[in-house]
Amino acid sequence: MANFYLDTPSLKHHLQHPLMTRIVELKERNFADKSEYDYAPIDFEDAMDSYDKVLEIVGEICGDIIAPNAEGVDQEGPTVANGRVTYASGTQKNLDATIKAGLMGMSMPRRYGGLNFPVVPYIMAADIVSRADAGFENLWGLQDCAETLYEFGNEDQRQRYIPRVCAGETMSMDLTEPDAGSDLQSVMLKATYSEKDDCWYLNGVKRFITNGDSDIHLVLARSEDGTKDGRGLSMFIYDKRNGGVNVRRIENKMGIKGSPTCELVFKNAKAELCGDRRLGLIKYVMALMNGARLGIMAQAVGLCEAAYREGVAYAKERCQFGKPIIEFPAVYEMVALMRAKTDAARAMLYETARFVDVYKCLDDISKERKLTPEERAEQKKYAKLADAFTPLGKGMTTEFANQNAYDAIQIHGGSGFMKDYTCERLYRDARITNIYEGTTQLQVVAAIRYVTTGGYLAQIREYEKMEYKPELETLRKRLIAMTELYEKAVQMVTDTKDNEYLDFQARRLVEMAGHTIMGYLLLQETNCCESFRRSAEVYLCYGETEVKKNYNFISSFKAETLGYYKPELETEEN
Amino acid sequence: MSLNIIVLAKQVPDTRNVGKDAMKADGTVNRAALPAIFNPEDLNALEQALRLKDKYPGSTVKILTMGPPRAAEIIREGLFRGADGGYLLTDRAFAGADTLATSYALNMAIRKMNKADVIICGRQAIDGDTAQVGPQVAEKLGIPQITYAEEILSVEKDKIKVKRRLERGIEIVEGPLPMVVTVNGSAAECRPRNARLLQKYKHAKTVSERQAANEDYTELFNARPYLNLEEWSVADVNADVTACGLSGSPTKVKKIENVVFQAKESKKMTPTDTEIDSLMKELIANHTIG
Repeated sequence: MANFYLDTPSLKHHLQHPLMTRIVELKERNFADKSEYDYAPIDFEDAMDSYDKVLEIVGEICGDIIAPNAEGVDQEGPTVANGRVTYASGTQKNLDATIKAGLMGMSMPRRYGGLNFPVVPYIMAADIVSRADAGFENLWGLQDCAETLYEFGNEDQRQRYIPRVCAGETMSMDLTEPDAGSDLQSVMLKATYSEKDDCWYLNGVKRFITNGDSDIHLVLARSEDGTKDGRGLSMFIYDKRNGGVNVRRIENKMGIKGSPTCELVFKNAKAELCGDRRLGLIKYVMALMNGARLGIMAQAVGLCEAAYREGVAYAKERCQFGKPIIEFPAVYEMVALMRAKTDAARAMLYETARFVDVYKCLDDISKERKLTPEERAEQKKYAKLADAFTPLGKGMTTEFANQNAYDAIQIHGGSGFMKDYTCERLYRDARITNIYEGTTQLQVVAAIRYVTTGGYLAQIREYEKMEYKPELETLRKRLIAMTELYEKAVQMVTDTKDNEYLDFQARRLVEMAGHTIMGYLLLQETNCCESFRRSAEVYLCYGETEVKKNYNFISSFKAETLGYYKPELETEEN
Repeated sequence: MSLNIIVLAKQVPDTRNVGKDAMKADGTVNRAALPAIFNPEDLNALEQALRLKDKYPGSTVKILTMGPPRAAEIIREGLFRGADGGYLLTDRAFAGADTLATSYALNMAIRKMNKADVIICGRQAIDGDTAQVGPQVAEKLGIPQITYAEEILSVEKDKIKVKRRLERGIEIVEGPLPMVVTVNGSAAECRPRNARLLQKYKHAKTVSERQAANEDYTELFNARPYLNLEEWSVADVNADVTACGLSGSPTKVKKIENVVFQAKESKKMTPTDTEIDSLMKELIANHTIG
């Protein structure tokens, strides 16, 4: 009888952010759908009420069905036979429930059968689902691929495929290959055009494909014979109904075991081109990945929440030396920091989601009519913020998910090491979040340009300028001091004009920006809602120390020391 | 083949989470302390109805409930899950009804509705646990009934086939239409509320709910007439007022007692293998287990 939405008041708080007024206005185009669709909102309040009530359904399904199934799914896992995948029984039940509840194609326009939800409530559903079962969030969250189909497919493709996704058919994005992981430019799967049949045929192997036996696949393949880089790759749609793709094996993974990770063999699989040739990687996959990264952030936040809850519950219940262990400073510090990291990660998630919402809505409107100059400026501003915040947020929140899962086990002591407690599953599930859709190291590569070009700093200044209650002034001053250290550190590193050195210090710089930004976000939350005060105070102590630590490392680092870090290259004598 | 299906549903206090203040000093249920929910077995009944609707396109599922004005919530909950409409029997004269008066009122309402092929309800409500209303409705309508159903297997040529869950096994029975079916809690759980239907019907209201609200719903209800939930009084269903509510209820609560379970034949044993072994043997011998 648990409701994972209603039992977490901070969700409702994030849903009611002032920017939602603009987002709903853009997404609903002045509520034009209300005369055509009986489930379209009539005004802003109605739309917000719908998000709230639908999230209540999500929370109920998560509390009553998905979370209770999680342990069984983890143990049973999916199986493969004759090239086809069968989900664990619990996974199938979860999927059936989410389909019956109409929670597929949530962000798709109503004309294709979707709910036309903005990113914020959709990603909130992902946050809630992930808390219940992070592995299931992967399957459910792949509905996000429909977003790519919607953005880059033609009208005919949209009409043929998106209603199927909204009705519950699953999707996958087939990118990785044995020799093309982080480096997707090396994708080899071959796409050949047949004049005779007027279609494309795909041949080759894909690996590590989440939900690889899905109904509708987006496939990255080499359409330009003889090319070797990303510009020879195009995006294709493969429909399972046509056949030609078999699952050779599924991986035996450490975590998110309910989500089948497949090795796929394409044998003359009939496919159709999505969008333009040669733009597969450089445009479409980049867009797809940004959406997917936001999804992983949501997954990380859900895991942060789950780990915190497991940790705090055990700390309250477990008694040692005559009292609950949460009464010991060493334990309550861990619990408080887990709560603070969860709140910080969640604030980061929804800030990013709002940025994505505004620019994507404007993008979509620009397909219908010319944007006004103001709208164009708005679109540009939020697109840039979304681009900057997505890798930063993905990097920071997924590390927090791991740290929280680690601490949850630590609080459990020896019991946490046993398979009997949920925390060990969370620990395994969290471990992938800072790896897939780009490792934290690669998020840093994407984020560093916003460090060097001042993108993060400009946004931090915006936060600094906002009005805060007088009692929050001390916290704000500490954040200003953190910003100064960040600025100085950036200056020191960029002054060297040495790119390798910049790369070496990049993660430290990005983290400094991250802690400062999340500090400000929590300050804003506290400004309108006193319940965030604890997290803001605790997070600031933590983030401030991290910023100082990184600053110390950078300011005291001698350039020549870098040599000691470099790999010792084998010489011929060795 | 399309069917007219009626689901009888009741809003009940959630007696599964009873606290100290669940009963008032006068022995009646303290409804304020307990959240009002959709009677669990009525949800099982609704699922059976919706499955019939899925199986036989064109079928309609209507919810019929009796209760105070706030019981309209039950109809909305039904609509969110796929029901097509509902009727709320509400009137001060219906208040205080026992199973006899309740089944009389429900039977009168069903007579007023379109001819029903199947009337489905939960086996019993968690606040009274009588399991009498379903069967009594069938008797008053003069139609047959199948109780303790776990699954409605099929409806063919005016015949309904139902799997019953009994104490020591299952039984598959067949009967003519129209039929009253009462459904067990062991039947399939009800589907979740659907996001689209919820958005479509969340503003659905009875006339009295609209009157009580501060907003003006005229425009919305003119544009979306399906949002209007019908409310029926004693007169609307042509019922005899003396047969309704308290006056139509021969059941009178004489006394309520707080029963505290006490161990009578307790036995202490030490946690040794031999003790456990002998206990197991004893339990098997007296058929408690095995």
